[in-house]
Amino acid sequence: MNKILFDIKDLSFSISKKEILHSLNLRIYKGDYLSIIGPNGSGKTTLIKCLIRINEAPEKKLFFNNIPIEKFSQKKLASLISYVPQVTEQSFSFTANEFLMLARYPHLSRFTSVTSKDKIAVAEALDITESTNLADRQMNTLSGGEKQMVFIASAFAQGGKVILLDEPATFLDPKHEQKIYEILKTIHNQTNKTIVTVTHNINSAILYSDKIALLKDGQIDFYGESDKITEDNTLEKAYDKKFTFIKHPNSKKSIILPEVL
Amino acid sequence: MIKNKKLILLFFSAFAILVVALTPFVGMEKIPFETILHFDSTDIKTDIFWRLRIPRVLIAFVAGSALAISGMTFQAMFRNSLATPFTLGVSSGAAFGAALYIKLGFIFSLFGIVGQTIFAFLGALISIVIIYALSKIKRGFSVGTMLLAGVAINFFFSSFILFIQFMSDFTESFSIMRWLMGGFEIVGYTDIYNILPFIIVGSLIIIFLSIELNLLTLGEDIAISRGVSVSKVKNTLFIATSLMVSGVISVVGPIGFVGMMIPHISRLIIGSDHRYLVFLNIIFGGAFLVLCDTLARTLIAPAEIPVGVITALLGGPFFIWLLINNSGDGSSI
Repeated sequence: MNKILFDIKDLSFSISKKEILHSLNLRIYKGDYLSIIGPNGSGKTTLIKCLIRINEAPEKKLFFNNIPIEKFSQKKLASLISYVPQVTEQSFSFTANEFLMLARYPHLSRFTSVTSKDKIAVAEALDITESTNLADRQMNTLSGGEKQMVFIASAFAQGGKVILLDEPATFLDPKHEQKIYEILKTIHNQTNKTIVTVTHNINSAILYSDKIALLKDGQIDFYGESDKITEDNTLEKAYDKKFTFIKHPNSKKSIILPEVL
Repeated sequence: MIKNKKLILLFFSAFAILVVALTPFVGMEKIPFETILHFDSTDIKTDIFWRLRIPRVLIAFVAGSALAISGMTFQAMFRNSLATPFTLGVSSGAAFGAALYIKLGFIFSLFGIVGQTIFAFLGALISIVIIYALSKIKRGFSVGTMLLAGVAINFFFSSFILFIQFMSDFTESFSIMRWLMGGFEIVGYTDIYNILPFIIVGSLIIIFLSIELNLLTLGEDIAISRGVSVSKVKNTLFIATSLMVSGVISVVGPIGFVGMMIPHISRLIIGSDHRYLVFLNIIFGGAFLVLCDTLARTLIAPAEIPVGVITALLGGPFFIWLLINNSGDGSSI
């Protein structure tokens, strides 16, 4: 059994007095590729934002490496965990390279400028995400897919052990969507980083991740090996909808087939 | 690219030095170069140069720098070029504080800081607390709403100031009104000493946090996930800007739009990296306000136009131009 990285115990979290997460329990293990799925409004984004303390969870509910997460300085936490937010229309007036350099913030000391270590980290990140050619482009001129790739690169350059992603491939065309998943898989396989990604795409969760956590109404409804999610009517109950499954000819895992109306 | 940025800074520094060195000679009273070297002389021109023009140019420079980097800081924190201490009502809060002090008529100082500055600082803090509370109540407050709130805060304090004026006699009222227009004609070296500590402390804080400012322009969530303690940094920046804005306003009145125009133009010139942007704002903002003040005292000489009128005449159209080009999602940053 792998080491427990995140240990979430009895976590409740409210936004504007509305409780989103209800006494949620979840363990995330080191080196796993975990997908978090669940219906709209089930609290996926809220949960992932708690893990990097964008949402400040109540004390002693959330542990990282057995230490309550509130004990870390934000900088220390950022040197261990990085985060790719949901796709935004927001624009950034930096080049991709400058954007990646900003991700080195947790390793920067105030009075020294960029070190060769930072440069290497950025170059590596661009390399593993196959975006070296984008380095000198202005962020505002990148396509949706390219921008998302630069975001993943920046999370990699940040240098932590864990990468959290919030719907990294939503709104992308099939080619770029697949490329995002391929790169995540490459990162996972080559560097053994823990990957936690929120997604609406259940099939990609089944095909690419080791484990799936299914969130419903702010609680974990299912947690286990990704191919077990299609058993026992788990999905039917969570989404309140019928699903038709088919075995993927290559991977032999059962995946969801679109319904005929 | 980095070389270019240093070159730009060098070029503007040279420009600023020229401006500061030459403008004291310009004015109703032509001052030949030789006269300024006769320190002991009773020549009125020497006096005008050293006792009036030099402190005036210096304080205009310091005020311009402070207003520019305060504006830059607000623009970065709110990720919008229209959000500045002036538009969000911080200036009018400070103005209210200072006007109240003039009306109350008692004179005091605390740790060597004159009462007017302290009152202005408290007024600025009230505005900041209101803005801050608004942005906390509802997360993801749009900048449009923020600006409207700023308009409301401005109205609120303006009516207070009107009330104070109404309650004042003719001379008080006139001095408040004249001061509200902004200007440098009555400043001396003591004013410089009075506000310089505020400006230096505020500027150093902002220079120190310039990388954090870069990260804040990416949005708060990203800044947090990159390791910035966002609330701590923002609180510090709010205090730093309040210090500077109230320091400036208490001495020279609420001079508007410098904090909007200069940071925006600077960003177009040198880019969004605050490590360079902050210095360009200091240099360019200072030189700009010195030039505006030179216009103010020469255009209709022997009378003077309040410098606030000049910056507002330039700033109004600039604001509208920004409004048209601003999509409101921070893209103008």
